[in-house]
Amino acid sequence: MTVELVLFYLFGSVAVGTGLGMILQRNALLSALLLVGNFFCIAALYLLLQQQFLAVIQIVVYTGAIMVLVVFVIMLLNLAEDHPRPKKNSMQYSIAVALVIGFLVELVYILMFTDRAPAGFHPEAGKLGTVESIGDALFNKFMLPFEVASVLLLVAVVGAVLLAKKRLP
Amino acid sequence: MIDQYVPIGIMMVVAIVFGIVLANINKWIGPKRPSDEKLSTYESGMEPVKTARERFSIKFYMVAMLFIVFDIEIVFMYPWAVKFKELGLFGFVEMTVFILILVVGFVYVWRKGALKWD
Amino acid sequence: MDLSLLLHDTLAIGPISLITLVGLVVLTIEALHNKTENINCWISLVGLAAALVLSLVQLPTTGTAFSDMIATGGYASFFSAVFAAAGLLTVMLSKSYIKKQSIEHGEYYAILLFAIVGMMLMAAATDLVTLFLGLELMSLSFYILAGFVRRRNESNEAALKYFLLGAFATGFLLYGIALLYGSAGTTHIPSIVGKAGMLASSTMFLIGCGLLLIGFAFKIAAVPFHMWVPDVYEGSPTTVSGFMSTGGKAAAFAAVLVVFAPALVRGVEPVRDVLAVIAALSMIVGNVIAIAQTSIKRMLAYSSIAHAGYILVGVIAANSYGAQGVLFYLVAYTMMNVGAFGILSYLESEDGKNVSFDDYRGLSASRPTLALLMGIFMFSLTGIPPFAGFFGKYYVFAGAVQAGYTWLAILGVLMSVISAYYYLRLVVLMYFSEREQDAPVIAVPTSGLGMAALVLSAIALLGFGIYPSVVLNFISHFF
Repeated sequence: MTVELVLFYLFGSVAVGTGLGMILQRNALLSALLLVGNFFCIAALYLLLQQQFLAVIQIVVYTGAIMVLVVFVIMLLNLAEDHPRPKKNSMQYSIAVALVIGFLVELVYILMFTDRAPAGFHPEAGKLGTVESIGDALFNKFMLPFEVASVLLLVAVVGAVLLAKKRLP
Repeated sequence: MIDQYVPIGIMMVVAIVFGIVLANINKWIGPKRPSDEKLSTYESGMEPVKTARERFSIKFYMVAMLFIVFDIEIVFMYPWAVKFKELGLFGFVEMTVFILILVVGFVYVWRKGALKWD
Repeated sequence: MDLSLLLHDTLAIGPISLITLVGLVVLTIEALHNKTENINCWISLVGLAAALVLSLVQLPTTGTAFSDMIATGGYASFFSAVFAAAGLLTVMLSKSYIKKQSIEHGEYYAILLFAIVGMMLMAAATDLVTLFLGLELMSLSFYILAGFVRRRNESNEAALKYFLLGAFATGFLLYGIALLYGSAGTTHIPSIVGKAGMLASSTMFLIGCGLLLIGFAFKIAAVPFHMWVPDVYEGSPTTVSGFMSTGGKAAAFAAVLVVFAPALVRGVEPVRDVLAVIAALSMIVGNVIAIAQTSIKRMLAYSSIAHAGYILVGVIAANSYGAQGVLFYLVAYTMMNVGAFGILSYLESEDGKNVSFDDYRGLSASRPTLALLMGIFMFSLTGIPPFAGFFGKYYVFAGAVQAGYTWLAILGVLMSVISAYYYLRLVVLMYFSEREQDAPVIAVPTSGLGMAALVLSAIALLGFGIYPSVVLNFISHFF
């Protein structure tokens, strides 16, 4: 087994574990912390796929910014730790179980019976995910979408202030 | 490629271990001689009036949302900083336009008092 | 790329750059001063008028800009002109409306302008990345505008509903884009359309098309992705509903016609079949439910679903007749729906009342001009000559017959007949019904600017209806 494979199994299993823990955990704040762990593992998996920039962004944006918002929301709502379990909607429950089983069968089928993508990377793949190559694409070919992104962010800022600010002067 | 990340991996392991050790070292090596008085919330004799788990002010939400937007703006600067020399003046103009558009947003947020705690 | 090229390309997409700049100026003024609504309204009007002129000037040219991310001239300019015109009319109608609703904030205009930028980007996009960003910019602006009347619960409900469902639809769209990229190996739309025949057997490509279709069907308000429409149109400020239903729909259709271009629709049979089902369902559901409405605002919302169905027929036809029909229809629909919502906003009371069928009884006696204008818009929506709405339907259905989709054309005509019931019912109520004695008369302030917008759209409807060649000459060489 190569080092990559060992790392993949390590981070993959921790990601699955923290993901499950997040869903099964009754304490919302602990759930959020487990999600942070999950995000870190996903970032590591991106790294193993040679997507360096994506890995950094995963940490900066998701574990950094999005999780701050999630934790704030949990604290704003102030969920009681011992609130009763919601009643199971049997219809919803059975549909969910059926979908999960279907998905599992599909996954097994794909793993067992189909030709999967060729193992290993394209020789150039390692260069695609670097900050340099992203910068190259972003500031030359994709410069218009880059500038539009700033307008999009501007509208988001204005919208946040307009809709959430208590009193507009 | 992956070996380039060994230092980062080591640093993260050290950080995690360091955090766990610091958080628990008191518990591990400190002497423990508990009494009723010591275990009360305030040894001075004040009685706690209510739970410490209070609801946060909704005002934090505004701050968090603005933080996310400007955080995403920063993300665009990493590749720009790395390619800065090659892009030259052209890249500088691009980033200036990008920043100027967001500065309008910043001025707006500031003037509307969204950063004020009222 | 160098700086001179940057300047050249910025000028090449003139209307987009201009409106963005005006939006930034409006926002800055709003940030730095108080009581800016009047200045901002006029700045927006001037900017939009300039963008309209610029689009018309650029119409004969053709080309691409920014490393083939966006098209200039021709098709893109045509739609820029449509959006600028729709924006112009909306701003004219909004001035007195937002004052009446006490939501007079300068940001209203800035966000409206950014929505128009998004629409223009969608129509001009030659790359899926540009298309997606344009769509997001437009949608985000609409979410905010929908919730602009913060004190009214319906407005908050509209914003929340639109945002949650819209974000979901965006997810589908993005996943579709990813699969299209995966199967075609490029995000350049003309290349994808060019390869469509070859890719038609690829499952990944078909699933990508399907997901993209879901995203677009949501934006054009087609069945079965129409659930948000009535509540959002009813809860949003009326001028915003009018703009959403015209500009937003036109932008989504402009993008549909670029991605699901005639070549792709002809080459990929499953896409065509799905589109036909969506179109048929939209026409049936929209028209049938519209009959039962008591609020004109909700009636127009359901009628907007029905019109999405009619216009889709032109996309399915996938020939030059049908495609030109779509463009002409969108121009006509923009004029008549901005007008109809405009009259609603004109007569709406401060608390959002006075928009039901009963409130319009005997309007011809108290407000003869408004009743006449509303009559024109209703006749045009029904598709009765000599108004432009008739020619839109005519070209779209003629294209369908030519392409062998006679059943869709017949269904469309049948549904138009049904639609006459609820459109003309309003006309009958306005002209041949007495106002109830005890019904309170709601005094509404007159607004010269708003009235001018209504008259302008009515004149345009009549003009384009009598001389459809005015529009058709511009668009005949696009397809």
